Amino acid sequence: MSATFIGMPGNFPQNAAKAVQNSQLRYNLRKATHTIRGKRANVVNELPDWQELRAAGKAIKDDTLRHLDRYLVQMEEAVTRAGGHVHWARDADEANRIVTRLVQATGESEVVKVKSMATQEIGLNEALAAQGITAYETDLAELIVQLGDDFPSHILVPAIHRNRAEIREIFLDKMRPVPADLTDEPRALAEAARLHLRERFLKSKVAVSGANFMIAETGTLVVLESEGNGRMCLTLPETLISVVGIEKLLPSWRDLEVFMQLLPRSSTGERMNPYTSMWTGSTEGQDFHLVLLDNGRTNVLADEVGRQALRCIRCSACLNVCPVYERAGGHAYGSVYPGPIGAILTPQLRGMSSELDASLPYASSLCGACYEVCPVAIDIPEVLVDLRAKVHHAPAERAGMRVAGWILNDEVRLSKAQRLASRFRKVVPKRLPGPLSAWTDTRDLPEIPEESFRDWWERNERA
Amino acid sequence: MRVALFITCVNDTLFPGTGKAVVSLLRRLGCEVDFPTAQTCCGQMHVNTGYRQEGVRLARRFTEVFAGYDAVVAPSGSCAAMVREQYPKLVRPGSRGAAAIAEVTPKVYELSEFLLDVLKVDDVGAYFPHRVTYHPTCHSLRGLHLGDRPTRLLQNVRGLELVPLPAADECCGFGGTFSVKNPAVSAAMGADKARSVLDTGAEVLCAADNSCLMHIGGTLSRQRTGVRIMHLAEILASTEASSQGGDAQ
Repeated sequence: MSATFIGMPGNFPQNAAKAVQNSQLRYNLRKATHTIRGKRANVVNELPDWQELRAAGKAIKDDTLRHLDRYLVQMEEAVTRAGGHVHWARDADEANRIVTRLVQATGESEVVKVKSMATQEIGLNEALAAQGITAYETDLAELIVQLGDDFPSHILVPAIHRNRAEIREIFLDKMRPVPADLTDEPRALAEAARLHLRERFLKSKVAVSGANFMIAETGTLVVLESEGNGRMCLTLPETLISVVGIEKLLPSWRDLEVFMQLLPRSSTGERMNPYTSMWTGSTEGQDFHLVLLDNGRTNVLADEVGRQALRCIRCSACLNVCPVYERAGGHAYGSVYPGPIGAILTPQLRGMSSELDASLPYASSLCGACYEVCPVAIDIPEVLVDLRAKVHHAPAERAGMRVAGWILNDEVRLSKAQRLASRFRKVVPKRLPGPLSAWTDTRDLPEIPEESFRDWWERNERA
Repeated sequence: MRVALFITCVNDTLFPGTGKAVVSLLRRLGCEVDFPTAQTCCGQMHVNTGYRQEGVRLARRFTEVFAGYDAVVAPSGSCAAMVREQYPKLVRPGSRGAAAIAEVTPKVYELSEFLLDVLKVDDVGAYFPHRVTYHPTCHSLRGLHLGDRPTRLLQNVRGLELVPLPAADECCGFGGTFSVKNPAVSAAMGADKARSVLDTGAEVLCAADNSCLMHIGGTLSRQRTGVRIMHLAEILASTEASSQGGDAQ
């Protein structure tokens, strides 16, 4: 059973410091992120209207968020009209209680799952397990994570931190049935998982999913996946329960066209998505429940700068280009949402009261690569900087920054500080003490000049 | 043309050679250069670390000090990007501060922008007989969209052999206070950037930002690689006469 991130100790710098020492992780992440990064760049660059598509995606999502109240009610009416049942969940606990109750009502004790970020966000598998219900992940990477009793480390490819040799070991150790002669060939690994999963699909009476999009106009849910496991879960079981964040709405069918271009190219680097399932309400003999999840989203919506994070379509393009993610890995972020989007989403959804969550807005060099690739133009650096202004700063840092601000806000004070530094230039130690050792542990200091530029100017130009 | 030099606090304090190079280069190209001594810092460190109040104070000072000039030239992509991209977000739209910012920010140029877009010069008459690689810093690349401006200038420097930097568009890991708040990741990024620099076989690593160069250069120096860092301005200011006199710095 994969564990939940909620209440994870530590902070990002500490977690990342451990991760950068892990040579296997560094190698796996570098290889995987650079491969997807290249694929994405190829299929994005071939579209002459990519920037227009991106602008359209942003505009549609902004309109949705502006009128979310209206679209949500429209969605509820459309789903109900089509024979589905709609439930509203304020937070994770409420959503978990609703799903548990719905599963219990079927009399089943097992569910199959389509890959879903929302159910991971709320820790649904753990909540179900506490009530004696076992949830089986059917996405290959999620299966690897679940069998390995591990945390996901990427939105699109949750087992990105694992290579095929490690996956083979996990399968041999935990998966049943498993071929005794299993090799680490990708085809053999996929075939073994397929054999294992096929039994589950045929046996299970209840499935749990999320959704990539919900169309308010028709009440249709849309799931994009690459393995075909999704359509098994969405069609075979008698009961389908979908847990979907309220921001996943699109106003109309026409809007979907934009996202069917933006999402596959940004996430898997494909021109077209392999398996796209769409359903509206319930079919005869089958039950459909939609759980609309808030879990902090309304608070994010209230923030003028931060609300753009709700445009996110979970493509992971920002993770794959992020130099920090590439070296720190997904686990360092302590959330199902790692990488740049996680660094702005997690602190907004969970608040910044824990040490870990307060460190996330600083998990970026503000290089801007994430903003450049985001298919819905979320200005991640802008939100990071805004969140940094809201974090509770450590008293020592605050004092230091105040002094620096005081010196810098007056040219005479600045000049005096520069002259003081120049006077002691020969006795500055090679290794600095305290927090400044963070610089000199790995880098030499620049030599302090004999005189500042302004003193040189005064001497030469004012004479 | 009356040009104000915005030296930036990092250059003023630690890299005065860059400022001197800008002055000599711009004068060589016929500009009248002024250095308003009331200038201090653009406020980027404070704003980007979450100390908006201190940052806004410094931004206000900047707009007051540089009001009234035809052009403000900064030998820093990062500080120029701060002024042009981030200043407008620090004030309420329609406020007095917003008007002051709207007045001054369009006149703020990073050095290569000023040379190519305003002075319309792509050959500054420099001489620098060395193997050089250029790192496009994030804020000059993705903030200001400098494009090939700096490398066009470098390509026209006599004697200079420009070698492309592998994975040039990847961040070096400096990131201002990121370098000390997340030292492990910053150092890991710096190590990869240093390796890319070494792969080029260049003697000199050039960039439009001394802050990033301080980080990559500090890494290269700690590893005793013998690769030297130089700001774009210093290479462009070099002439046959100055190169015979030894290191411009």
